[in-house]
Amino acid sequence: MKKISTLDDLKKTGDKGLKSLFPSSVKIVVGMATSGIASGAGEVYEALIAEIKKRKLPYVLTKTGSMGMDFIEPLVDVIEKNKPRLSYGKMTADKVPQLIDQIVKGTIDKIKPIYRVDEEDIIAKREKKQYLKGAVPEYLREIPAMYDIPFYEKQVKIATRNCGIIDPENIEEYIARGGYLAAQKALTSLSPAAIVDDVIKSGLKGRGGGGFPTGVKWQSCVAAKGDIKYVICNGDEGDPGAYMDRSVMEGDPHSVIEGMIIGAYAIGAQEGYIYVRNEYPLAVANLTKAISDARSCGLLGKNIFGTNFNFDIKIGKGAGAFVCGESTALMASLEGKAGEPRAKYVHTVEHGLWDRPTNLNNVETWANVPVILARSGKWFSEIGVPHSTGTKVFSLVGKINNIGLVEVPMGIPLKDIIYDIGGGIPGGKKFKAVQTGGPSGGCIPAKMIDLSVDFDALWEAGSMMGSGGMIVMDEKTCMVDLARYFIEFLAAESCGKCTPCREGVRRMNDILHDICDGRGKVGDVEMLESMAKGIADGSLCALGGSAPNPVLSTIKYFREEYDAHINHKHCPAGVCRALIRYEIAAKKCTGCGVCAKKCPSECISGEKKKAHKINQKKCIKCGICMESCKFNAITVE
Amino acid sequence: MVNFIIDGKKISAAKGTMVLEAARANGIDIPTLCAHEAVSRSGACRLCVVEAKKGKRAKIVTSCLYPVEEGIIIETKNERVLNVRRLVLQLLLARCPESDVIRDLAAQLGVAPQPRFAADKDKSKCILCRSCVRVCEEIVGVSAIGFSCRGADKAVSTPFNEDSAVCIGCGACAFICPTGHIEMETTEETRKIWGRTFKMKACDVCGRYFAPEDQLKYISKKTGVPLKELAVCTNCR
Repeated sequence: MKKISTLDDLKKTGDKGLKSLFPSSVKIVVGMATSGIASGAGEVYEALIAEIKKRKLPYVLTKTGSMGMDFIEPLVDVIEKNKPRLSYGKMTADKVPQLIDQIVKGTIDKIKPIYRVDEEDIIAKREKKQYLKGAVPEYLREIPAMYDIPFYEKQVKIATRNCGIIDPENIEEYIARGGYLAAQKALTSLSPAAIVDDVIKSGLKGRGGGGFPTGVKWQSCVAAKGDIKYVICNGDEGDPGAYMDRSVMEGDPHSVIEGMIIGAYAIGAQEGYIYVRNEYPLAVANLTKAISDARSCGLLGKNIFGTNFNFDIKIGKGAGAFVCGESTALMASLEGKAGEPRAKYVHTVEHGLWDRPTNLNNVETWANVPVILARSGKWFSEIGVPHSTGTKVFSLVGKINNIGLVEVPMGIPLKDIIYDIGGGIPGGKKFKAVQTGGPSGGCIPAKMIDLSVDFDALWEAGSMMGSGGMIVMDEKTCMVDLARYFIEFLAAESCGKCTPCREGVRRMNDILHDICDGRGKVGDVEMLESMAKGIADGSLCALGGSAPNPVLSTIKYFREEYDAHINHKHCPAGVCRALIRYEIAAKKCTGCGVCAKKCPSECISGEKKKAHKINQKKCIKCGICMESCKFNAITVE
Repeated sequence: MVNFIIDGKKISAAKGTMVLEAARANGIDIPTLCAHEAVSRSGACRLCVVEAKKGKRAKIVTSCLYPVEEGIIIETKNERVLNVRRLVLQLLLARCPESDVIRDLAAQLGVAPQPRFAADKDKSKCILCRSCVRVCEEIVGVSAIGFSCRGADKAVSTPFNEDSAVCIGCGACAFICPTGHIEMETTEETRKIWGRTFKMKACDVCGRYFAPEDQLKYISKKTGVPLKELAVCTNCR
């Protein structure tokens, strides 16, 4: 690869990238993030190769990362010269010939695109680049523009600026969208102090959960004594339902690398580590390729951009322990030791990896840095709300119509995320609560739907920003069962070093299991609250310190559900198996027999065309009968 | 010197002193289970927690690892601290119901077992204080034992629970164990520990069996002292 050492080199490489981003021939881009692959994007990609080959078309086919709309994956974009970029959802291999037909004929009669993009907002370069020349062609006028559809309307993409647009394996496309310009500017014209200053001014706070001001952390690391310093990227994302960092690492690995180059220069580090869990094979592969490409271009290694600054990055692979997302456990793991945290009375910015000053930030935090440097800290600080500036990436999952990766300005009302971006709750059910901050966070009840989504407001509500998992729950979710689920997860993930977390969380788990199984005792809620306080106060690290949060927040907002389980042995949401029974309403039952056929324990009987009955003694409460009944004759109590 | 307050008492101590030592030097008792003078500290048992107040912020810290700071106000026995200590002891009582050490300590601090916690049957007397693992690594220098699994399943063991090839049978782990969990059986000629049986060496002078042969070989190798010179027990030297 050609060496890049000047601004002109960057421009030349970027020009090549622009040619592939805004091609003169037809280009088809397939969303091949893990979410896409899981939905069958691989088959679509193979079918496209075969179809293009069969028809001998001069089309270009590439891959990209997460486009965000995971609820309609696989997603395929079509770019034609001078026409808007068109995005197609729910693609299948079978639909590929029709899609190619449409491109050849210049129609959209068989498969409708979800949206069109007339121009790209290249945020790191502060410019717009047109796909469309002239007016929107007649046949595309009915297709809404990307930022006019509710899913995108309120989104602002900074950390995920390139995800779903560039080919993550193509460094030229990253550079074409302003990549490495900030690093070039930082290394050649800014002092480390000026960079730290600008990051402080931006108000950027750690996106991994803690929310500590990034610039202030950098400043402490600058002040720490030592010739050898390290920067680390924490890619050990482990919250159930969270995949923001995975999406950035898979879809735009260079944004993390560039952020780390800038951070390393600012604090005086020559070595960096990206700690990524091995369960993210695509993230590992794309990061490995990106590091290798950056190295071949001279963007990593010695004398970067012709300066005296040397810096390189290694990847450390995690083995999937949740606790290794905790900074001191992560560093122990990088050192080859067991992933156990240590007391942080001596900060890692002073004594971190191999006892040397170490600055650790999360993937999303690093991905924000180049844009802050390119556009200024002041610009960033004006996005969002005071004390919570910029944007936050969320993975919106659970009982919500539009499951996907979203990036919103801080301070957006929760209801905008749930109803506008998320499209509301499926099946006409009621929104009950949303869990933010993963297992360490808490739930926010429906009555707080107007809550501003920012660090302070979430904390005051008894939850936290966390790394960005957002699990939506509807009326059919039992909040006691939810607390049990998270506590069970944490009991299994406790490293076992300190007594309160190792022993206390599993005892809370036992009590929650008892409550869900109908063995709850009067006083259990008070017992849980008292234990929660002791565990939060007494644990060695933040995993134990925040472990009781799901229990505390569900007690705070849904105490009546705990009481119903304990006092009346009743699960109001109809979830906890020991406390529910399925019944067939004789009036509604048509005697079709479908439920009886599907019942795995053969406990439903009845004559044809006559009301059936459930043998409660044999029933295993799986709920399959209720799901299979077309006449809503089966209810759960 | 650093000046600070513990339980209302003005105290000064050298910079770098831990709150635990500063308290004990001034007659303030803080219970501990995992802080042993022979090994480095881990802060695992959480019994020594105290509340440290700096300005408006009061946080629970581990006194065995928390260095004294100018102007800091430490409370070693307020309700918040006692709540953690009580929970830790109740949890350990449930984990190790057979341990008289834990039972006595709980009784001393007025903590009764929590009936809501079912007593464990599989943990014996191990409270995972880590002293054995640390002494084997830091003092003996062989790391014959370590931790396996995590969370509730965490246990001290030899690698893969197989007989350790590096264990020298010195028994330092059994000696340092605060609850007597580690079993070591020594007869005249043999010593059994961690599943292995070690041959004991008889003193060349008095004939008394005094140390495992493997331990003497290890000391000889480590110090360069010929094995012959180590063949005499300490009484006869």
